[in-house]
Amino acid sequence: MTANNATENSLLRTARVTIRFGGLTAVSNLDLEIGRNELVGLIGPNGAGKTTVFNLITGVYQPTEGGIFFDGQSITGSKAYRITARGIARTFQNIRLFPSLTAFDNVRTAFHLHLQGDVRHALWRGRSFWDEEERIGEQVLELLEIFHLGKFRDAPARSLSYGDQRRLEIVRALAARPKLLLLDEPAAGMNSSEKTDLMRLIQFIKGKFQISVLLVEHDMQVVMGICERIAVLDYGVKIAEGRPDEVRRNPKVIEAYLGENP
Amino acid sequence: MTEFFQQLINGLAFGSILALIALGYTMVYGILRFINFAHGDVFMLGAFAGFYLAPKIAAVLPTPSVLSGLAVMLAAMLICAVIGVVIERFAYRPLRRNPKLTVLITAIGVSLFLEYTGQFVFGAAPKRFPQIIPVYPIAHLGGLSITSNQIIVLVVTGLLLVTLRFIVLKTKIGMAMRALSFNPEAAALMGVNTDIVISFTFALGSALAAAAGILFAINYPAIDPLMGILPGLKAFVAAVLGGIGNLPGAVLGGLIIGTTETFVSGYISSTYRDAIAFAILILILLIKPSGLLGRKEVEKV
Amino acid sequence: MKFRHAKLLLLVALAVSLLVSLFASQINPYALFIFYNIGINIILAVSLNLINGYTGQFSLGHAGFMAVGAYTAAVITNQFGAVNPVASEALFLSALLAGGLVAAMVGLLVGLPTLRLKGDYLAIVTLGFGEIIRVIFQNMNAVGAARGLSVMHGWTNCFWVFGFAALTVYVVTALVHSTYGRGFIAVRDDEVAAEAMGINTTKYKVTAFVIGAFFAGIAGGLYAHAIQFLTPGGFGFMLSITFVVMVILGGMGNTPGVIFAAALLTLMPEGLRKLAGYPHLGWIGDTRMIIYSLLLIVLMLTRPQGLFTWRQKYKGAAP
Repeated sequence: MTANNATENSLLRTARVTIRFGGLTAVSNLDLEIGRNELVGLIGPNGAGKTTVFNLITGVYQPTEGGIFFDGQSITGSKAYRITARGIARTFQNIRLFPSLTAFDNVRTAFHLHLQGDVRHALWRGRSFWDEEERIGEQVLELLEIFHLGKFRDAPARSLSYGDQRRLEIVRALAARPKLLLLDEPAAGMNSSEKTDLMRLIQFIKGKFQISVLLVEHDMQVVMGICERIAVLDYGVKIAEGRPDEVRRNPKVIEAYLGENP
Repeated sequence: MTEFFQQLINGLAFGSILALIALGYTMVYGILRFINFAHGDVFMLGAFAGFYLAPKIAAVLPTPSVLSGLAVMLAAMLICAVIGVVIERFAYRPLRRNPKLTVLITAIGVSLFLEYTGQFVFGAAPKRFPQIIPVYPIAHLGGLSITSNQIIVLVVTGLLLVTLRFIVLKTKIGMAMRALSFNPEAAALMGVNTDIVISFTFALGSALAAAAGILFAINYPAIDPLMGILPGLKAFVAAVLGGIGNLPGAVLGGLIIGTTETFVSGYISSTYRDAIAFAILILILLIKPSGLLGRKEVEKV
Repeated sequence: MKFRHAKLLLLVALAVSLLVSLFASQINPYALFIFYNIGINIILAVSLNLINGYTGQFSLGHAGFMAVGAYTAAVITNQFGAVNPVASEALFLSALLAGGLVAAMVGLLVGLPTLRLKGDYLAIVTLGFGEIIRVIFQNMNAVGAARGLSVMHGWTNCFWVFGFAALTVYVVTALVHSTYGRGFIAVRDDEVAAEAMGINTTKYKVTAFVIGAFFAGIAGGLYAHAIQFLTPGGFGFMLSITFVVMVILGGMGNTPGVIFAAALLTLMPEGLRKLAGYPHLGWIGDTRMIIYSLLLIVLMLTRPQGLFTWRQKYKGAAP
């Protein structure tokens, strides 16, 4: 796979992406490619730069060098909300729901992207406004129901249990109708059976919504269990990439992880 | 040319006073990430403390003299240090875990409280600050009039800055202050008593504001309970200009604003004087929000 | 809340205000003036609530927008004067709207460059802009500078005041209770997450600012034609802080609460003044503002979510 021509299948491609914060190079020369309908894992020891990669892809950070391409177009330097509009949505390591909004409204905010109306319609409240609101309401409820969160529709997001909040955040991201979903450590704080449920959930999402998923995760059970391909990061550099069984046996990977255990 | 020097000296003197106040803002912001709106009123309280203490000290020490001036200033600094600690303890500390907005509103409340109580207790009409230090004309040619008062401002400010630098760089508590400004959680884990360091910071900042109040009153003897509002705002702008959280920056900012204001007021128009500081604020926030000497803070996502 | 009948309610409110204004001559002028102030303060507080409460942008310069609207409307009515009752009303409405529009433009001017600043910085900058506006008016001889401006026509009446108050409440509420409007709250709760959900946070902040400024300008125009004399000093940041207190007291993002708070804080000085008239309570008059500021501190320490919020204490994400 050459990094210089976009293969027809690739949805997301980073080309030698580097980001420096002052004297620290957090990510260095990263070439990462994600195809359509692929489930890719991004792993590495703590501080390897995984969340930074997410932030680069979603436009929270701008790369110091290199380019990022999505669905055939460059998104390097684009603003975060524009990147989301193109079809990339994410969840956060420390859940970032809108605490004062209900579960219903949290999901509804993502529908803002697909709004036909604007300020004028919200103020005039004519026929088209109500029709659209109703349509959106139905779609929000549908999504919530798929993930068994329908009963929480009017509950403030902060009152949900941890596991439900994590699921809600994923639902919210899906409401943005992404082609690529970025999940940042979704298994954090879960017990074994919850992780199994999560794994099934992610595979379900990929299948039902026909999207690609990039997963950052520490938990090897989850990563090895569902990822089709894994990229390994260490100190901001990609040290390995391949199928789960390949990566698991890669000596560089083993060293990177063993190296971090005293 | 003499006009230029006159404005320069006036500007530097005023700027030094702003610098002293600005240091308090920047130290508190560096550690707590919060603008102490009431800080300008501590400056006012310093002046008034001096006003009421001066006759008492005059009864004991010869007045006006360097000794009595010094005594008044140190006493005012002590009183205001205590006031600063009390304010922090009762109005700000309980809200440390709350959203920033809440404590900001509280600070506004404290500021209003100090101003209106001042008006009630001291009376709203301006009072004349007594002469606590003898005045010697330094230069008096043509339009130029420099007195020892202005030089004193520069000298005292310099001495206070040197002392502050010593405290911050060479003492244990100064190191604790710096540690807190970088990373409060880590500092606490390292055994730093956060509460004490924060109280000390408030005490230090308030003492400097009090000194500024006395120096100001020496040069502009009309004091009133609302005198802290504008200098307070301008000093905050100075702190931002220099880079909020950065001590030398606060001094630089104070001097820049003081001189710019004086020059614009002298050469262009005095009616726009108060708007200068705000115009500078807007400019710096648009061009380089981290300030002249400040570091860029990256938000961790 | 669905607000299906919001437009109907608005029309009803307008009709009621019209009715009341027809009987206004029966009410004693002093009480009427206080009544106007309640309405004007409602407009100011509710419009500020859109900026501060719903969008979480701490603006301390609302009085500046009010001043712009006040002076603009006054200059227009002073210039064109009255011809006949119908033309006067039309002129008044035009003047008010012009005041609102100019204020909105100033809001755009202020908002665009500064809305990428956070929390306390934004507060100081808006305060600074408010002060700059004040200083500009103080030096503008065309509007009387520091001496003040006389407003020739006292055209403010119940219909205009409460009509616009109802309109302001409608606009803010209708806006926020829509899918589009949820974006404001998302911006307040978590800007990073909002951007990640495709919300152009800057656009929302500027929109809130401009709409808020527009209504503040209208309130200014109404105020000008009630009090009939304007001085730049009357629009300082103390006034801005009063509006912020109304929003805090009412509960940020709680429009009914803010309406109550506006009414309460308009009546309170009057109430205290009355109380001070009684024997043994004279000290209230002098210590009025001290009590006020102490109340503010106590409120923040005990009930920062406002007096009129029924939801549980919100210790959520920092703004």
